[in-house]
Amino acid sequence: MKQNDLILQTVTKVAAFVILLFAVAIFLGGHYSPGGGFVGGLMTSAAIVLLLLAFDIKTVAGILPIDYKLMIGSGLLISSLTVAGGLFFGVPLMTHVYQYIDLPLLGHISLHTAVLFDLGVYLVVVGVTMTIIQTIGESE
Amino acid sequence: MSLLHWAVLSPFLFALIVPILYKLFRQIHTGWFVLILPILLFTYFSRFINLTKQGDIITERAAWIPSLGIHIDFYVDGLGLLFALLITGIGSLVVLYSVFYLSKEKEKLNQFYVFLLLFMGAMLGVVLSDNLIVLYSFWEFTSLSSFLLIGYWNERERSRYGAQKSLLITVLGGLSLLGGIILLSIMGNTFSIRELIAQTGELMDHSLFIPALLLVLLGAFTKSAQFPFHIWLPDAMEAPTPVSAYLHSATMVKAGIYLVARLSPVFAESGLWFWLVSITGLITLFWGSFSAIKQTDLKGILAFSTISQLGLIMSLLGLGAAALHYDSLGENIYLAATVAAVFHLINHATFKGSLFMVAGIIDHETGTRDIRKLGGLMQLMPITFTVAAIGAFSMAGLPPFNGFLSKEMFLASMVHVLELNIFNMETWGILFPVIAWVASVFTFIYSMIVVLKPFTGKLQLQLLDKKPHEAPVGMLISPVILASLVIIFGIFPNLLSSSIIEPAVASIQPSLAGPDFQVHIEFWHGFKPEFWMTVGIIAFGIILYKTFPRWQKIHQWMPERLSLNAFYDNGIRGLERSASSVMKFLMTGSIRMYLLSIFLFFILSLGFTLYWKDAFKLDTGNFAPIGLYELVLAAIIVISSIAILFARSRLTSIIILGAVGYTISLFFVLLRAPDLALTQLVIETISVSLFLLCFFHLPLMASRKEERMTFRLNNALISIGVGVIVTLIALSAHSNKLFDSISSYYLENAYKEAGGKNVVNVILVDFRGLDTMFEISVLSIAALGIFAMIKLRLTGGKDKS
Repeated sequence: MKQNDLILQTVTKVAAFVILLFAVAIFLGGHYSPGGGFVGGLMTSAAIVLLLLAFDIKTVAGILPIDYKLMIGSGLLISSLTVAGGLFFGVPLMTHVYQYIDLPLLGHISLHTAVLFDLGVYLVVVGVTMTIIQTIGESE
Repeated sequence: MSLLHWAVLSPFLFALIVPILYKLFRQIHTGWFVLILPILLFTYFSRFINLTKQGDIITERAAWIPSLGIHIDFYVDGLGLLFALLITGIGSLVVLYSVFYLSKEKEKLNQFYVFLLLFMGAMLGVVLSDNLIVLYSFWEFTSLSSFLLIGYWNERERSRYGAQKSLLITVLGGLSLLGGIILLSIMGNTFSIRELIAQTGELMDHSLFIPALLLVLLGAFTKSAQFPFHIWLPDAMEAPTPVSAYLHSATMVKAGIYLVARLSPVFAESGLWFWLVSITGLITLFWGSFSAIKQTDLKGILAFSTISQLGLIMSLLGLGAAALHYDSLGENIYLAATVAAVFHLINHATFKGSLFMVAGIIDHETGTRDIRKLGGLMQLMPITFTVAAIGAFSMAGLPPFNGFLSKEMFLASMVHVLELNIFNMETWGILFPVIAWVASVFTFIYSMIVVLKPFTGKLQLQLLDKKPHEAPVGMLISPVILASLVIIFGIFPNLLSSSIIEPAVASIQPSLAGPDFQVHIEFWHGFKPEFWMTVGIIAFGIILYKTFPRWQKIHQWMPERLSLNAFYDNGIRGLERSASSVMKFLMTGSIRMYLLSIFLFFILSLGFTLYWKDAFKLDTGNFAPIGLYELVLAAIIVISSIAILFARSRLTSIIILGAVGYTISLFFVLLRAPDLALTQLVIETISVSLFLLCFFHLPLMASRKEERMTFRLNNALISIGVGVIVTLIALSAHSNKLFDSISSYYLENAYKEAGGKNVVNVILVDFRGLDTMFEISVLSIAALGIFAMIKLRLTGGKDKS
């Protein structure tokens, strides 16, 4: 798409960041408030899609030099390792553990292995949507 | 997770770091690193010898899916240990051999060793699992990893053919085995082999017993290349020779033998088991040895000889089953058949392993394995010749090698069959020793071909691709070790009796092998019938070998198109043809046609089911009150849907479609499902932009003007039909409450069990996390599929890009 839309580009520069941060917040808060890996991943892709619309694929590839296919792979790996992790501790597959701790600045928060699983989901979702959009966008 | 679990898992874990080692240390042959693992495992498993000798059984449990009674239970008893030692012991020798066989410059070593390690781990899992589902998983894993190994040189057409054939046949058997396992678990209400064995008597009378027996045997026979499923094994010889040596001397094909031996206590009391196992074994023994003679490829001969030797072991296991019925002969002669089976299993691994390695050496040093081209290598390769001679003479059953002893025991068991007066054996029994004897004559002949054709006669250098010379020392170590074992086991046959053979036999026939059960194999056992049979085999074998050219034509009696291979090939071809005709009929390339058939099928099948099952039910009692907001939103959705029909351009249609999606997400907001609303919003955004991207390209691809669809009755009917069906289903799904809703369980337990307040997310990542796992796998496959379709677009067989 060879257009030059100054307003869209200027807004995008700010908005993309906001969306990305929001996506991360949604992803991390997933276990307690609406959100999680799936939505977070979609939101992140939405931010990147916005960049793609405002600029072109080459520019975005320069800003985010990510191989989305690798991202899919690493996401799957992280998730499946989390799933299999239980085996190494003598508990059934997919057993999650969590712990509440107090951290300076952040306060009372929980650490949960589900986040690792969700991280895999997040990576896969971003990888999948971006792979599809990029390949369709790049073709001819 | 115990040490035993780690031992079985270690090949898989090691396989993960092999590619890294390969990249980091390019100068060092990756095989050296891999070699460490089987040696360690072998030493680890050797420690169990003392325990199993006393009859102990080591069990370790790790939970896998406890709610379904599926645990990763590993246990080491005599039989499992014997196989574990074979897998790791021969495995070490094979890896050592492969270091010299596969060049580190030319071959993709990282792939090779990853496949080999996966295979080793899978085999260990098969022979040590107590849970049948776990056993089945590892069983199929051996099929898959051997598929990768056989097709290792995948640029060769024959390799791909062989790999596909072995996969199709063994997986077919695997599925049948799964059926058998499920029937067994229904009968015995457990997946544990030992618990099944404990209730043998009750299982016998169950109506599912015979089907289960047949299904399990089909699995074992396909894996162990028994007639008529043996056809995959010769084609599997396209694998690199170390793989052939491993798969076909010690491991993969013996998985079927293992299964038959392992489940013998469950099934063996049945007469059907006795007949099926021993007859199939005998036919395979005969057919394998008969077919081996006509082969001209050294590895081809060895392949058919493996088939025939597996048949021999199988028939012995079948005869051993007779012991359960008939053990009043004092020495318990039928138990001796099981002893012979176990002993021959060990011997076969040693001599066949060394012979495969010899075949590999000949191939490596001369560039061919065709016995019509080879000859006179004895002077050039004296060590290889010695190893080949030891291996082949042992296979032929000549003293003083180990094959002699087990062959004699085999013949003895076959002769004793005549004394058996159950299962109509008094009439048909005579066939057993006759077939066994004839097959042994052929065995003698092909063993002589293996050793005499390449090594004696005239050296014809012009026929060879390379100038032959003795193999490097490293390549000789493994075959020499195996050949020395052949001699050692031959001269000191009782070396393994009490430590390995007795516990293994005791696991196959636990009810018979009591505490005072002892195996004693004598090297010289007097002028008994089996001795005279051996003399006859040698005499006839020599005569037939000398006159071989004259009766060679016997093999041409059987027309090629009637053979099993032709049957297989025609079957595959027919399958491909019918698949492609179905595809041509359906895949016309017109999206309109696809949608038409999908929607028509949808309407007809669901509409018919609704009508037939009388499933439609309307219960307005559960309906929530409809407020003003809902009415407004519904109106928006209806109006925008209608507006799509009148939109002038594609872009407008897409944007209006987006409006429908956003409105639906507003519905979720109203119904207090923020998660769904959020997801719907983002998905809508992304899919709209995706559509925009796609449609931006469409005019380019089609290069024609957008045409307005005129009204068509068919289309209108179909769209209305789909709408009506969906509405009916939604209404009746809401009205039919067959079960209590599970949502209250989730609401109550989300925080208690999983420590999360967002129930949707807890369900996604915890309660139903496995679903999510598979969902993201499906997503990934879809994305890679789209990537491949677009990036690697092919037009008429040529790459367009």
